[in-house]
Amino acid sequence: MFWWRRKKKSKEAARDRLKMVLAYDRAKLPPGRVDALKRDLLDVLKRYFPADEHGVVVRVEERGEAMVLIAEVPVKS
Amino acid sequence: MKAKAIVVTSGKGGVGKTTTTANVGAALARLGEKVAVIDVDVGLRNLDVVMGLESRVVFDLIDVLEGQTELKKALVRDKRIEGLYLLPASQTRDKEALDPEAFKEVVRRLFEEEGFDRVLIDSPAGIEKGFKTAAAPAEGALVVVNPEVSSVRDADRIIGMLEAAGVKENYLVINRLRPEMVKRGDMLAVEDVIEILGLKPIGIIPEDETVLVSTNVGEPLVLKADSPAGRALMDTARRIHGEEVPFPDLTPKEAGFFAALRRLFGGA
Repeated sequence: MFWWRRKKKSKEAARDRLKMVLAYDRAKLPPGRVDALKRDLLDVLKRYFPADEHGVVVRVEERGEAMVLIAEVPVKS
Repeated sequence: MKAKAIVVTSGKGGVGKTTTTANVGAALARLGEKVAVIDVDVGLRNLDVVMGLESRVVFDLIDVLEGQTELKKALVRDKRIEGLYLLPASQTRDKEALDPEAFKEVVRRLFEEEGFDRVLIDSPAGIEKGFKTAAAPAEGALVVVNPEVSSVRDADRIIGMLEAAGVKENYLVINRLRPEMVKRGDMLAVEDVIEILGLKPIGIIPEDETVLVSTNVGEPLVLKADSPAGRALMDTARRIHGEEVPFPDLTPKEAGFFAALRRLFGGA
């Protein structure tokens, strides 16, 4: 009966999911397209420095009034 | 139901169309059908979040209609339930981008080229173009109605419009029933709704808190055996699938039992 209480509260999940989905809605970028964006970004970046493909994180975030695209690209040592 | 393309509609918003579409779709897939659920609410996409598939949306229905992508690539496969696929609505375009004839063609291709057994179409609220487009490919309808005056009135309007549009195999899904209120005489009973609307029910779903919990986390309710609404939605899918499933007794005794249980556990 209390299957949802074992995990974190479902409200937390709703909040996190809504923040994610609204950020992408506002950026007019479907979340599933981020993988393609990641691939294209890497192709370009690799021309300039040895990027580590596995640690790449790309996401959209709200910063004050503006939406920003954040890309974290580890450099191969 | 004989109808392979089924529109889920209600006229009034907020009565449970999207939850019904998501869960009946998931349950039909569980019963072995290959099911596509389509969100037609262009600009107000929601079926993806209710199903928990929002992070995997790449393309949408409008992309398909405009030839920006292949139909196959726009379908989001649900990894938790075999045979379940979502065709999302566009969040960025407006309703004018959706043409009824082009939409009919997409549904035809889902059956003929992609081998789907069933297509469930989540209609936008209202009686305008969005609804008409959603209903265009349908042979049958699930009319979702709450036992409440405004919902029943709007359902009546929608039933008339479905018939006029040639959608013939139509059933009621009576949602958010509260047996204890019916017993007190403060809520329309199932029989009242059936009598007023002149349509048979294929699902009777009790009001249930686990519905909100499951949409919070984006997990189909029908996978939870301990959810009364989940069970009722599973039964609904079985009837659509062709099984004879009697409607369980929702009379006060059971409601009292659940209320007692809830009290016992300190309120759910």
